[in-house]
Amino acid sequence: MQRPGGSLQSGFSAKDIGAAGAARGVAWLLTARHGGILALVALLLALPLFLPNNFYYDIAIKTALNAIVCVGLNLLIGYAGQISLGHAGFFALGAYASAILTSHYRWPGLLAMAAGALGVALVAFLVARPILRLRGHYLAMATLGLGIIISIVINREIPLTGGPDGMSVPALRIWDWRLTGAVTWYWISAGALVLAVWVSLNLVESPVGRALRALHGSEIAAETAGIEISRYKVLVFVVSAVFASIAGSLFAHAERFVTPVEAGFLRSIEFVTMVVLGGMASTFGALVGATILTVLPQVLTAFHDYKHVVLGAIMIGVMIFMPRGLVPTLMSLWRRRAP
Amino acid sequence: MAEFLQFLFSGLTVGAIYALVGLGFSIIYNASHVINFAQGEFVMLGGMGTVSLMLAGLPMYVAIPLAVCLVVAVGLLLEKFAVEPARNAGVITLIIITIGASILIRGVVEVALGKDFHRLPSFTGETPIIIGGAALQPQGLWVIGALVIVVAALRWFFEHTRLGKAILATSYNPLAAQLVGIDVRTILLVSFGLSAALGALAGILTAPITLTKYDIGIMLGLKGFAAAILGGLGSSYGAVAGGLALGMIEAMSAGYISSAYKDAVAFVIILGVLFFMPSGLFGTRRTERV
Amino acid sequence: MNVLQVHGLTKAFGGVHAVADLSFSVSTGHVHSIIGPNGAGKTTLFNLITGVYTPTAGRIMLEGEDVTALTTAARAERGIARTFQNLQIFFNMSALENVMVGRHLHSPRRLLASLVHLPVIKRANRDAHDRAAALMERVGLAAYLDADSASMPYGALKRLEIARALAAEPRILLLDEPAAGLNPRETLEIDQLIQSIAADGTTVVLVEHNMKLVMGVSDHILVLDYGRRLAEGTAAAVRDNPEVIRAYLGAGIAGGHV
Repeated sequence: MQRPGGSLQSGFSAKDIGAAGAARGVAWLLTARHGGILALVALLLALPLFLPNNFYYDIAIKTALNAIVCVGLNLLIGYAGQISLGHAGFFALGAYASAILTSHYRWPGLLAMAAGALGVALVAFLVARPILRLRGHYLAMATLGLGIIISIVINREIPLTGGPDGMSVPALRIWDWRLTGAVTWYWISAGALVLAVWVSLNLVESPVGRALRALHGSEIAAETAGIEISRYKVLVFVVSAVFASIAGSLFAHAERFVTPVEAGFLRSIEFVTMVVLGGMASTFGALVGATILTVLPQVLTAFHDYKHVVLGAIMIGVMIFMPRGLVPTLMSLWRRRAP
Repeated sequence: MAEFLQFLFSGLTVGAIYALVGLGFSIIYNASHVINFAQGEFVMLGGMGTVSLMLAGLPMYVAIPLAVCLVVAVGLLLEKFAVEPARNAGVITLIIITIGASILIRGVVEVALGKDFHRLPSFTGETPIIIGGAALQPQGLWVIGALVIVVAALRWFFEHTRLGKAILATSYNPLAAQLVGIDVRTILLVSFGLSAALGALAGILTAPITLTKYDIGIMLGLKGFAAAILGGLGSSYGAVAGGLALGMIEAMSAGYISSAYKDAVAFVIILGVLFFMPSGLFGTRRTERV
Repeated sequence: MNVLQVHGLTKAFGGVHAVADLSFSVSTGHVHSIIGPNGAGKTTLFNLITGVYTPTAGRIMLEGEDVTALTTAARAERGIARTFQNLQIFFNMSALENVMVGRHLHSPRRLLASLVHLPVIKRANRDAHDRAAALMERVGLAAYLDADSASMPYGALKRLEIARALAAEPRILLLDEPAAGLNPRETLEIDQLIQSIAADGTTVVLVEHNMKLVMGVSDHILVLDYGRRLAEGTAAAVRDNPEVIRAYLGAGIAGGHV
């Protein structure tokens, strides 16, 4: 847990005590798990007031689902210090699992989503151990290779996946309800996002979460403290893959259509950029990054042609000038202001 | 037999391209331990640059060297403005920077030249040479020949010129190189410029065969990287061997197994090498000191 | 009772024998020091005991159990804790969190419980927090309770590592040059800290160059040279041993503070 400011000096005045009380109140609010989630819920409840039509609801849905992927990816990249350039592969696997199982085999939606998540967990588990033995560039390339292989398979297995043209996805059915419509899916995505953020924050503030951060800090010291490095790397990889898979399944039912583009290298890079832009090792940073990079290109249509130019420039600029990302950099500046 | 020869030729040709791209990766990696994810864009820029210069009216024999110079300039700019400011940053930072650079370059070309395929004329015509029943494109001979010349030239450069030896020294031990007066920053610039030239050359050589387009750099870059990894990151000869091997494995599996999954071959190889033989065929093994 | 026993331990790097056929025992509750000129194999020995290196030959026994084939984490589970010559602080975490990580083996580690923040996790967080704070006070870092590890001075970080190691409630604590880079006042504080740790019943094994510290705090000293045992015994015995003097004279006056 982070608290702003340094330790209090000895020798208080009444003003100091009042200020300390206020500071502690602010600190409670600033604690991610309490104030942060409350703020997020408030924001999500209020947002529909500002969304004029379905087009904007759709952007909000996509933002929320991207954010779920990023929250999971941030656990891997920001907290555990690993990297994945292939996470879109897991997203797409979840999406296509839902699409195929509900469309070709008439499975109930939630069961398909669970099956997708389980399948992705299995794939992630199988590749994680050999992949995560690698470091740095080798790890990046291995995850990249994995993501591309998944995208190629989706592209080529046309009878199953519809190939490059994609396939349509039935609406999500839960018991008697047929869940369609941008507004409905806004609430579903928002709820899923809050859940994802809550789960992620829980994990970070737990012995397991500290173990993950420790292995980022110093693998050898972590091992000496009894943390089995490879076991925890596999764990966080699988967890982040499952986040992506569930977001993918929701995406499939929300958009009613999936294409192999969702598995592509560029999609994976977008996710990583969102995490890095917003701030690594910051769950809310991941949200900010996802929001900025989902909303901006959509809303500013002039941007759209230059989307890649701007994306590339942002990636370079952020990494050079704010290598820790927006939210941690801004928070450092804030903390340096408070005496 | 004719079929086998056909696959062999096409495998060698595309393998030579992968080798050139892989060489580019290798040279930059040796000098700086940076994986330049924008390497593929140098290839694309070579082809697309030549195309646009020719569209502007320049004859091919002027457009080609000019395009190479332009790509070298891009390489130098990349090093100066994107890589150097982040010299001491972590691996993830550098990866994202070079990926960002590749996206930026691709975006600029997309806006400037559109999304269409473009073609360059073959250097010495289209009439295939028949050997043993298989048809070999003359352009393919240009590609393979260029690789041979490049390898020989690089060997001479690294072993017999001061600058080349300085680059080698920097790759073995940057600190020691600095201490004997080698300006490591210059070495880095030269390495990027050299890799850019190699990439551009590969792009120009292959454009008559495979056509060129704003996004061909992605796959070529990744496959060139697969070549470098297969050969062993850090070994230039390894990159060449890896590229040729990759090209041939790709051609053979496309021909005899399934052409639909041709692209997957490179990535399966990447994973296989990384899992079982991370130092590749010829690379140096890294040990970690505590 | 011997908490740690090493039999015929050998570690060869190519042709170089960093540690050669070394055997010794460490008795419970005592402070054992390992000294020797630079390159004598002291840190290699620590790395072998903690499992960072695999021995070329020999066995390591922890309270009678052969741990030679176990991983570092598994040995930690059996009660070995360690600090590092080159600090291995988790600079991405606060000072307190560094010490909390030391509680890992005594904390609940089930994934699902962590994901939903069951009460057992909440209690564990508070427990780790309180114990870590207490340990930081014990090692004299009360002033840094709210600090980021990245902003702490070197001497404080050395003590932070000790606090982290103690958090694991180890049976045997290996300290790798705890006084390196410290001024005389800080060295005295480390001296007192080591004595207090030993007084609590934790066995301490120390690698050190600072002879004054070693002679003052040790119950037993092992002298290494070129990876082999040169001499062994109490401080007095070792100090007057002619072989030891000869080995150190070769290293020069700068080798130790006598």
